[in-house]
Amino acid sequence: MNLSVNVGKLKLGNPVIAASGTFGYGEEYSGFTDIGRLGAVTVKGLSLSPREGNPPPRIVETPAGMLNAVGLQNIGIDSFIKDKLPFLRQFETRVIVNFFGDSISEYAEAAARLSSAEGVHALEMNISCPNKQAGWSIFGTDPKVTFRVVSAVRKATAMPLIVKLSPNVTDIAMMAKAAEDAGADALSLINTLTAMAIDINTRRPKLANITGGLSGPAIRPVAVRMVWECYRKVKIPLIGMGGIMSAEDAIEFMLAGATAVAVGTANFVNPGAAVDILQGIKTFMSARGIRSPRELTGAVRC
Amino acid sequence: MSRLFEASVKENRRLTEKHYLLTFNPLKKIRRPGPGNFFMISAGNGLDPLLKRPFSLHRRTGSGIRILYRVTGRGTAILSRKRPGDVLEIIGPLGNGFPARRAGENTILVAGGVGIAPVFALAEHLAASAKKPVLFYGAKTGSDLLCIDELKSIGIEPRICTDTGDTGRKGPVTGMLREFLGKNPSFSEDCCIYACGPESMLRSLSALAGEYGLRGYAALEQNMACGIGACLGCIVNTTRGYKRVCRDGPVFPLNEIIW
Ligand SMILES: Cc1cc2nc3c(=O)[nH]c(=O)nc-3n(C[C@H](O)[C@H](O)[C@H](O)COP(=O)(O)OP(=O)(O)OC[C@H]3O[C@@H](n4cnc5c(N)ncnc54)[C@H](O)[C@@H]3O)c2cc1C
Ligand SMILES: Cc1cc2nc3c(=O)[nH]c(=O)nc-3n(C[C@H](O)[C@H](O)[C@H](O)COP(=O)(O)O)c2cc1C
Ligand code: FES
Repeated sequence: MNLSVNVGKLKLGNPVIAASGTFGYGEEYSGFTDIGRLGAVTVKGLSLSPREGNPPPRIVETPAGMLNAVGLQNIGIDSFIKDKLPFLRQFETRVIVNFFGDSISEYAEAAARLSSAEGVHALEMNISCPNKQAGWSIFGTDPKVTFRVVSAVRKATAMPLIVKLSPNVTDIAMMAKAAEDAGADALSLINTLTAMAIDINTRRPKLANITGGLSGPAIRPVAVRMVWECYRKVKIPLIGMGGIMSAEDAIEFMLAGATAVAVGTANFVNPGAAVDILQGIKTFMSARGIRSPRELTGAVRC
Repeated sequence: MSRLFEASVKENRRLTEKHYLLTFNPLKKIRRPGPGNFFMISAGNGLDPLLKRPFSLHRRTGSGIRILYRVTGRGTAILSRKRPGDVLEIIGPLGNGFPARRAGENTILVAGGVGIAPVFALAEHLAASAKKPVLFYGAKTGSDLLCIDELKSIGIEPRICTDTGDTGRKGPVTGMLREFLGKNPSFSEDCCIYACGPESMLRSLSALAGEYGLRGYAALEQNMACGIGACLGCIVNTTRGYKRVCRDGPVFPLNEIIW
């Protein structure tokens, strides 16, 4: 059995990736799981300068899921390269760096700066963040804006470029097409769904930020549907995520069209979740004589 | 040694209408937890409730570990129905724990409500030393007071107050502490305070410690998802910026916390 997969130009030893924002900078999980066994680790979203993030409370549990409003807190690209990247270089595991900006030029500059860092294997651009130039609307909800920002980043880097799509749109396949046309090598989906929870006794929102992003098993059927829609629309490979808790969940995403899968919230419940899921995928494949994960991608019978 | 393990429930004893004492035996060797450390414990076995819940070390009992908890929501309600032999999935021990006091230093412990859980662990640790800590313990009513006999058995006579005044003094625990400091210069001039309790109590304790220029530490709470410093969900605002309660804490110097 050969577990390796190609996500565009990015070659992975296996299709299981840790999702951005749920695996810290990797080192938080050492002592809890074997990081070296993962196909890739995606680090917490980075920006040119450090961000403080939102005030607490930032997280609240909801039925089979959770809301977060961390607010993209991060240490900044320079500290990441200096203090965090050396730890990640010791593994075979590929390092995907998730990043964002407040403007198109910031995105491009961030991509350029990350491209020259030793030990970064791919860039994942998070377009689910507010565009300061355009009155804080989200980069990832208008296909024209998405095309412009991805094109600018494409010019700034020769690295494998993954665009992470926001699910908070009417037609995700249209967004996927815009990113593909602008030169993306692959797509990640889905990011969290914008959501809200209210304490009925105090009548106040449960999060200080009022709204937050829903993740976990509650969003999985939405995510599977979106992967399937994008698979039919674009040719570039997809990384599927959203509520993956088990190998069965991961395989469901592959059948819908994912080449690789990312495990997010499940890492919080069980820091060994991603490695367990990889093991479960192997067991599933060998029981059915499947020789490569590629045989599963898009194999849903509709 | 992995900090992800399974444990079997040894005992889950109801203490009051809302409080339980749960003892578990780890099914493999784990790191030795200290006062102020905590564990992330699975409430259910399925997807809802999803996240583990944080609980402080209350006591070590031979091979077992004991937590003292209050039923406040769904997760703790499910936990309260666990029976001996049931298996829990746990991450820990986690967090920095209470720092050591200086040699020979006077020590004041302050507990509010179920905050007695970690404060007891520290009291037990310090009770063995020559200089016994003085413990102030506040609760809503007399029936909410926990582990009074256990405290006495380790040689600590708690100074008690309640909101209703049905047991001990009436009023907040910080009021009682203020009076004590006024009468005991050997403490008000130099001592170390360790505390755990509701935010309102910790906030007035910070102010009191500040007035007297006393060193102190508080174990804080914040909603948690991962418990290991990865999600950035559990932050508290400090003079050194946002810090993670699970990894940089849960114990913070009183004068660094921005309320
Ligand atoms: C480091 C630490 C140590 C703790 N030690 C103890 C202890 O020894 N004994 C005890 O009784 N309680 C302790 N708590 C509080 C305890 O974790 C919460 O009461 C519990 O999580 C509530 O879960 P629930 O499902 O019953 O409540 P719900 O309100 O239904 O919980 C919903 C969500 O909110 C989170 N949550 C709610 N209240 C708190 C809180 N105060 N702190 C953290 N997360 C919360 C839960 O984890 C869960 O994700 C501690 C909290 C922290 C952070
Ligand atoms: C606490 C938290 C922080 C996250 N931070 C980021 C981030 O910085 N950048 C990003 O692109 N996605 C971020 N995500 C989204 C996840 O990478 C993932 O797309 C989403 O949570 C769905 O997967 P899951 O249900 O398996 O968690 C975050 C999610 C969570 C729960
Ligand atoms: S609970 Fe995740 S960082 Fe503290």
